[in-house]
Amino acid sequence: MSGTAVTGGAPSGNPDASPATRAEVCIVACAQAWRGDGEILASPIGVIPTIAARLARATFEPDLLLTDGEAMLGQGTWAIGDRPEVVEGWLPYRAIFDLIYNGTRHVMMSPSQIDLHGNVNISGIGDFAHPKAALLGVRGAPGNTVNHPTSYWIPRHTPRTFVARVDMVSGVGYDRAMQAGRAASRYHDLRRVVSNLGVFDFATPDRVMRLASVHPGVNIDEVRAATGFELIVPAEVPQTPQPSAGELVLIRSVIDPGGSRQAEIRR
Amino acid sequence: MRQKLMTADAVVAELRPGMTIGIGGWGSRRKPMALVRAICRSELADLTIVSYGGPDVGLLLAAGKVRKLVYGFVSLDSIPLEPHFRVARQSGAIEAAEYDEGMLQWGLYAAACRLPFLPTRAGLGSDVLRVNADLRTIRSPYADGEELVAVPALRLDAAIVHASRADAHGNAQFLGPDPYFDDLFCMAAERAYVSCERVVLTPELTATAPVQTLRIQRWMVAGVVEAPRGAHFTSCDPDYGRDEWFQRQYASAAADPASWAEFRASYLDLDEAGYHAAVASRRAAAPGAP
Repeated sequence: MSGTAVTGGAPSGNPDASPATRAEVCIVACAQAWRGDGEILASPIGVIPTIAARLARATFEPDLLLTDGEAMLGQGTWAIGDRPEVVEGWLPYRAIFDLIYNGTRHVMMSPSQIDLHGNVNISGIGDFAHPKAALLGVRGAPGNTVNHPTSYWIPRHTPRTFVARVDMVSGVGYDRAMQAGRAASRYHDLRRVVSNLGVFDFATPDRVMRLASVHPGVNIDEVRAATGFELIVPAEVPQTPQPSAGELVLIRSVIDPGGSRQAEIRR
Repeated sequence: MRQKLMTADAVVAELRPGMTIGIGGWGSRRKPMALVRAICRSELADLTIVSYGGPDVGLLLAAGKVRKLVYGFVSLDSIPLEPHFRVARQSGAIEAAEYDEGMLQWGLYAAACRLPFLPTRAGLGSDVLRVNADLRTIRSPYADGEELVAVPALRLDAAIVHASRADAHGNAQFLGPDPYFDDLFCMAAERAYVSCERVVLTPELTATAPVQTLRIQRWMVAGVVEAPRGAHFTSCDPDYGRDEWFQRQYASAAADPASWAEFRASYLDLDEAGYHAAVASRRAAAPGAP
């Protein structure tokens, strides 16, 4: 998983050699979500997924397409808050919808709730008619999840985010996709979930969430206690790989020199 | 050729209580805010609003104009959650038809094409089908037999959008990065009204910009309103970006009724010229404002 070649040019000066922070471990774990995707649009929502997608393209997945967050596809590796130097295409929202229906995309979203089957909620907490906390609305989550690969980044892993049942299914999980029939399940593909505590996937016979790795410094009981459902825990759980020296240089000096990654994660 | 120039108040005079009105733009980007502010000042009520929602929805909710909202999200972009939308949803004050973003596009496109519905995968397996009990699925008549969501046409009585430039006949141009779905809103509507930063003579539209920026054509448009800074405080690139300072004032004022009453008196209980003058003078007086 680690030890990939870095193709981006490192800037001059002494690189920061301090050990990787939890945020940096999470970025590298999120980047791995796009491994093997080839020439598709990586759509990261939020700061850590955005750094991760740029890192993935700068290292092991050079054919990914990335936008500037508005309507331009950009080439190269640019910093958070900057614009790409080279524009290679135009991707207004309606073209993104076309691309979604075509399946040429892998999105990473940050839901407020997720369950054992990978159903997620970004709409609101509580009953839909009178939510305790209205959030964004379902946005594109229903369409994304039944049309192309989807991964999730959850910066605060607690029993309130990893829940037995989500209040409003916005992004569709494996059980609901199966129940809805072939039209919903044929392109449904949840790849991985990264939280501040570990990495999770659905590589189980009945497609329920499995602990794939724990981040350095986290133990399995801590993950279990922070999860509001019965997580599948294999006999052997590896540790999430530490960022390589080259990955740390890219994160710290090229993609996020302003350090915005630290604000998204508490520990 | 028909001349379609009119004032924002003349647009509002053509609208009726209970109408279904679509609003162009996206989130806090290129929203027809001058027309929204004019609706807020009017006697109109009981509206059904269809929008990729931002502060357009927030202002109309705060003014009590909305009976039903059809939306995929409501957000201020740089401030993720829209405060008036949250209050309206949490109190159950409005009927909420929450769709996937792509379903909204399909509904507008179906209306534009005069079709009863368009099929999609979006919505399958999600609670969008549970909370919108009127939505139906349809089985493909072909060998695949797939069961898809039939997104009903979102027919609009009126649409309001904001463009960068337009001529007096209703040919309208976007100069920013994204046309959003403004042309679909116009085509889905019985009557569409375009406000713009500047009304120009037709040849000027293509003097410095490619013809592909003329996304809206006069056959789609009933009225044209010249409204400089008419998208404020949302973005209208390249003429101006989002007024983040003012958006923060808006969002923090919405947090409690007393500060919202003050905000409304300072900015909204005025005509459009008064609004822009108030923004300018408050900004000049505010320490740290850009």
